[in-house]
Amino acid sequence: MEFAELIKTPRVDNVVLHRPFYPAVEGTLCLTGHHLILSSRQDNTEELWLLHSNIDAIDKRFVGPLGTIIIKCKDFRIIQLDIPGMEECLNIASSIEALSTLDSITLMYPFFYRPMFEVIEDGWHSFLPEQEFELYSSAISEWRLSYVNKEFSVCPSYPPAVIVPKAIDDDALRKVATFRHGGRFPVLSYYHKKNGMVIMRSGQPLTGTNGRRCKEDEKLINATLRAGKRGYIIDTRPLNIAQQARAKGGGFEQEAHYPQWRRIHKSIDRYHILQESLIKLVESCNDQTQNMDRWLSKLEASNWLTHIKEILTTACLAAQCLDREGASILIHGTEGTDSTLQVTSLAQIILEPRSRTIRGFEALIEREWLQAGHPFQQRCAQSAYCNSKQKWESPVFLLFLDCVWQILRQFPCSFEFNENFLIMLFEHAYASQFGTFLGNNESERCKLKLQQKTMSLWSWVNRPSELSKFTNPLFEANNLVIWPSVAPQSLQLWEGKSCILCKPIIDSPGCCLDCLWVQEYVYTAVYIRYYLKIRRYITSFYCDKNTKFTNVILNCTQRWSSISRCCETVSRALLRVT
Amino acid sequence: MEHIRTTKVEQVKLLDRFSTSNKSLTGTLYLTATHLLFIDAHQKETWILHHHIASVEKLALTTSGCPLVIQCKNFRTVHFIVPRERDCHDIYNSLLQLSKQAKYEDLYAFSYNPKQNDAERLRGWELIDLAEEYKRMGVPNSNWQLSDANREYKICETYPRELYVPRIASKPIIVGSSKFRSKGRFPVLSYYHQSKEAAICRCSQPLSGFSARCLEDEHLLQAISKANPANRYMYVMDTRPRHRVQSWWATQKDIGRIIVRISSKIWNDEKIRESDEKKRLNAMANRAAGKGYENEDNYSNIRFQFVGIENIHVMRSSLQKLLEVNGTKGLSVNDFYSGLESSGWLRHIKAVMDAAIFLAKAIAAESASVLVHCSDGWDRTSQVCSLGSLLLDPYYRTIRGFMVLIEKDWISFGHKFSERCGHLDGDPKEVSPVFTQFLECVWHLTEQFPQAFEFNEAFLLQIHEHIHSCQFGNFIGNCQKEREELKLKEKTYSLWPFLLDDQKKYLNPLYSSQSQKSAVLEPNTVSFNFKFWRNMYHQFDRTLHPRQSVFNIIMNMNEQNKQLEKDIKDLESQIKQRKTKQTDGILSKELLNSVRPESPALKATLSLKEQALLPVNNVLRTIEGSSPAANRYSEYADEFSKAEPAVVSLEYGVARMTC
Repeated sequence: MEFAELIKTPRVDNVVLHRPFYPAVEGTLCLTGHHLILSSRQDNTEELWLLHSNIDAIDKRFVGPLGTIIIKCKDFRIIQLDIPGMEECLNIASSIEALSTLDSITLMYPFFYRPMFEVIEDGWHSFLPEQEFELYSSAISEWRLSYVNKEFSVCPSYPPAVIVPKAIDDDALRKVATFRHGGRFPVLSYYHKKNGMVIMRSGQPLTGTNGRRCKEDEKLINATLRAGKRGYIIDTRPLNIAQQARAKGGGFEQEAHYPQWRRIHKSIDRYHILQESLIKLVESCNDQTQNMDRWLSKLEASNWLTHIKEILTTACLAAQCLDREGASILIHGTEGTDSTLQVTSLAQIILEPRSRTIRGFEALIEREWLQAGHPFQQRCAQSAYCNSKQKWESPVFLLFLDCVWQILRQFPCSFEFNENFLIMLFEHAYASQFGTFLGNNESERCKLKLQQKTMSLWSWVNRPSELSKFTNPLFEANNLVIWPSVAPQSLQLWEGKSCILCKPIIDSPGCCLDCLWVQEYVYTAVYIRYYLKIRRYITSFYCDKNTKFTNVILNCTQRWSSISRCCETVSRALLRVT
Repeated sequence: MEHIRTTKVEQVKLLDRFSTSNKSLTGTLYLTATHLLFIDAHQKETWILHHHIASVEKLALTTSGCPLVIQCKNFRTVHFIVPRERDCHDIYNSLLQLSKQAKYEDLYAFSYNPKQNDAERLRGWELIDLAEEYKRMGVPNSNWQLSDANREYKICETYPRELYVPRIASKPIIVGSSKFRSKGRFPVLSYYHQSKEAAICRCSQPLSGFSARCLEDEHLLQAISKANPANRYMYVMDTRPRHRVQSWWATQKDIGRIIVRISSKIWNDEKIRESDEKKRLNAMANRAAGKGYENEDNYSNIRFQFVGIENIHVMRSSLQKLLEVNGTKGLSVNDFYSGLESSGWLRHIKAVMDAAIFLAKAIAAESASVLVHCSDGWDRTSQVCSLGSLLLDPYYRTIRGFMVLIEKDWISFGHKFSERCGHLDGDPKEVSPVFTQFLECVWHLTEQFPQAFEFNEAFLLQIHEHIHSCQFGNFIGNCQKEREELKLKEKTYSLWPFLLDDQKKYLNPLYSSQSQKSAVLEPNTVSFNFKFWRNMYHQFDRTLHPRQSVFNIIMNMNEQNKQLEKDIKDLESQIKQRKTKQTDGILSKELLNSVRPESPALKATLSLKEQALLPVNNVLRTIEGSSPAANRYSEYADEFSKAEPAVVSLEYGVARMTC
């Protein structure tokens, strides 16, 4: 086993663990291939299990013979270990460093993880493109599922099956692919059933400085428009950046060649700008300063909320074009794998009621992020504490989740899931025992044989026992378009995520507000209602001896018992909290 | 009425405050003796009380008419466009007159008539009884007694008649101390903590700058200290920032007369000496310049604490800056936060909160009595004393208790509501959002401790509404003496009974009284816990609010549960009835038949009940997925189309122009 070589000291006794807002714990530290474990070896005490892949950075300090390792995690936690003995400390530190930066994906924990739960539904097959397409098929006569990318030869970052206009054959698609960045030809992202308008996404057109054009591309894009209709192309880059891109072979659609389309430029930042923003944000959150002005100026300087606002505004704009203007849109940035996906997926949250359900949201992540080729491996390699400035890391997905949270805050009854669901997705995107977020695109995932070798996150999440943690008790299906406010006064800092360190606040009942306390009220209401119903049947029985009475009452009591079981779990959970 | 020249103007436009595309509603503007009323084409009414108007501004004439901008004290801002300049001018002049009354007798409260008889009105005023409240705290007792020194307002005009002082403090001591304190506001009891035997006392600043020391005052402080057998030292909190105290005294002329005494007296308390050595040196140096706080050497067993809450003028301009930032159209995130920072508003809120926390800790953790003062002891002192008591005593976190707290620490101890809220046309420099800050601090606490308060945000907002509305007598006048002279109890109504009648609206559904028993709140004051209070400063800007409110839903659900429980009881009693009838029925067929005709009637009542429940049902949630969810949002959908997020449409407009 390779790991054994990296672990010089597998076990150290008398290690003291310090976590902010928790009492210090003394215990035994163990290193395994994938975990750092600290156990006080007493009953009833929680053990710390930390995935090596969750470690973002570590610091060492020595005071005499006592060594201290400060571990900064990708989920923003900071923990401190006091290790007696210089040598042990150095060994542990170097082992952690090596184990947390393994090069080979196949050595990652998901390939070793054996689930302890029964798999009811294999998450790898939960959201197949064919099924997703079927949801639309009743309304779509102009679209088809194309397997042109079956071998990942046309576009390496696309999945094997994509939805394209019916009028365009596979040969044309191959030609269009050569005209678009990364081979990402325009594909369907969302079909708005209300008026048949669509959102498409792609990479930038490779017009270059000499204004190259591609007849098939123009034909493809125009094929999505109905007669006499106009469309909008939303470029997530500002105009000057798009113009500069021409020098590198990229570019944007010229009006002359796409007369039915209007181009709109927005400015959503990418890559290191976002990464730096996150680093500054987490730094200011960790600064437990009492100084109000310093906090506000740091929050402002991080620009995090500005990014949120920019992304939300663009998504609202896209949704507005579709729903209000009745116009189809094409969205792209440079590669079409980051800001493009933020906009397309958020527009769907705003427009499509299904994407606000748990299953629908999972399908959205699967379709618009995983299948659409957002390079999770690259983007989530490091988090807020990394010092090495590599170009590819960026909290693009986290920003998306934060935007969803902002909408959730404004429409607390329109989402089937709660804040915990979003936090869970964030944690698993950065470090997980599941294979879902490994790899950068479908092609890589196929090569890694993730489906055979690892477990899908959805297999775990979609079990009733897990789902209950992520369900919003106030959810009420709402078929309307939800328009969030993007005014700065309406945007908030997402503490649950950003301030994971400030445990006391999270533990304060305020955070239970959206969950347990509400559940109590809801279930009492449901409970009483069913009780009432039974009572009513009994009354009517005494009134006119309904023959079907037994069936009804049976049905009713069954439902009642399931409700009362719910009540029990809630009350137990309540007890735990209080 | 003599100020009103035009009572009705048609075709007036109401502009959307944050829309850059000049979106507007057209309607009719009415001017009544008490309100300005705008009714738009959808018959939606906007009422603005004249007393709520903080400023009226007539802007330069435009092609569409004459713009009139009205800013209200409850942070509503409306922007009208009146088609004819003449009408605009008339309304402008009328509003200027009507919003600034010269006499108390012209305030709304003196004409407001809620159709109650005299007995009801009197009962309303007697709802809050402060003597009862002191009894609840456990005074008078062996250490504290009711003093009749101020019975005729002879010692201090701005204090109430009934004051509680240490039992060992004799009248000459009180009189002597009051002469040494600014405006005669000598140290008196504000809150007594029964189990810790510690007290919160309040007063104004000492006039030590003139006479250097006052033995009676020193005696009174000793008496307060001795009234607490649990602890031999006490705190004196000066809520002012130290540099302010210095500059205030620097303006006094008789500095030269001050004898500087640098005493060699050895401090009794070794601990203080060590920790406060530096502070002590500092204080000595300051005293050399003749500062207005207690000479520490003259007061033994006293620990001095400065907390930096700024004065009313700083607070006023801070709020002004905050409102300017918020009113900006198309505000960017960065401008918002830098504006929030430069306004300093949250910093001031935090300063008040920090002071209250210090106070609560001194009592809860050290059982030490605390004497709080600022300059005059009616602004910052009120904030700190009331917030401190709120942290210590769960009673003040109930609806009734909160009313008592306001009556006690604000109204009776002479917070100058009329001057601070600008009820009359007076000195604008006396206006300051001191009470608003107190409410905001309470709101921050409700955010951190959602289960600790019986009331919700709406309650705080409603109180804020009424301190400016002058609809009720409670907040009119600057002190009790003035209120008695105005005969408010005979001529006006008290706000509290009206709030209690509407209690349902103000209940916090998450409140749990059991878990709060004797719990001292210990708020976390890390900076990021202080947030901008959107629902206060943008109460009337609906587009900025969350579109669905969890609070309302839980409240409705709670209501509904109660109704359902009642139904169950009804049904159960019916079943019992039926059962007895049925057993009878077995005996006699005729009887059974006689039951039958009843059944449709029963069903009818049942279905009626079901229907009665249904509307609530729709508002709440669909449990069985049967009711059409769309009903609930039809009005929302409407609103969306009217009030699209302003910024989005702005962006859209810009984007289209660049195409």
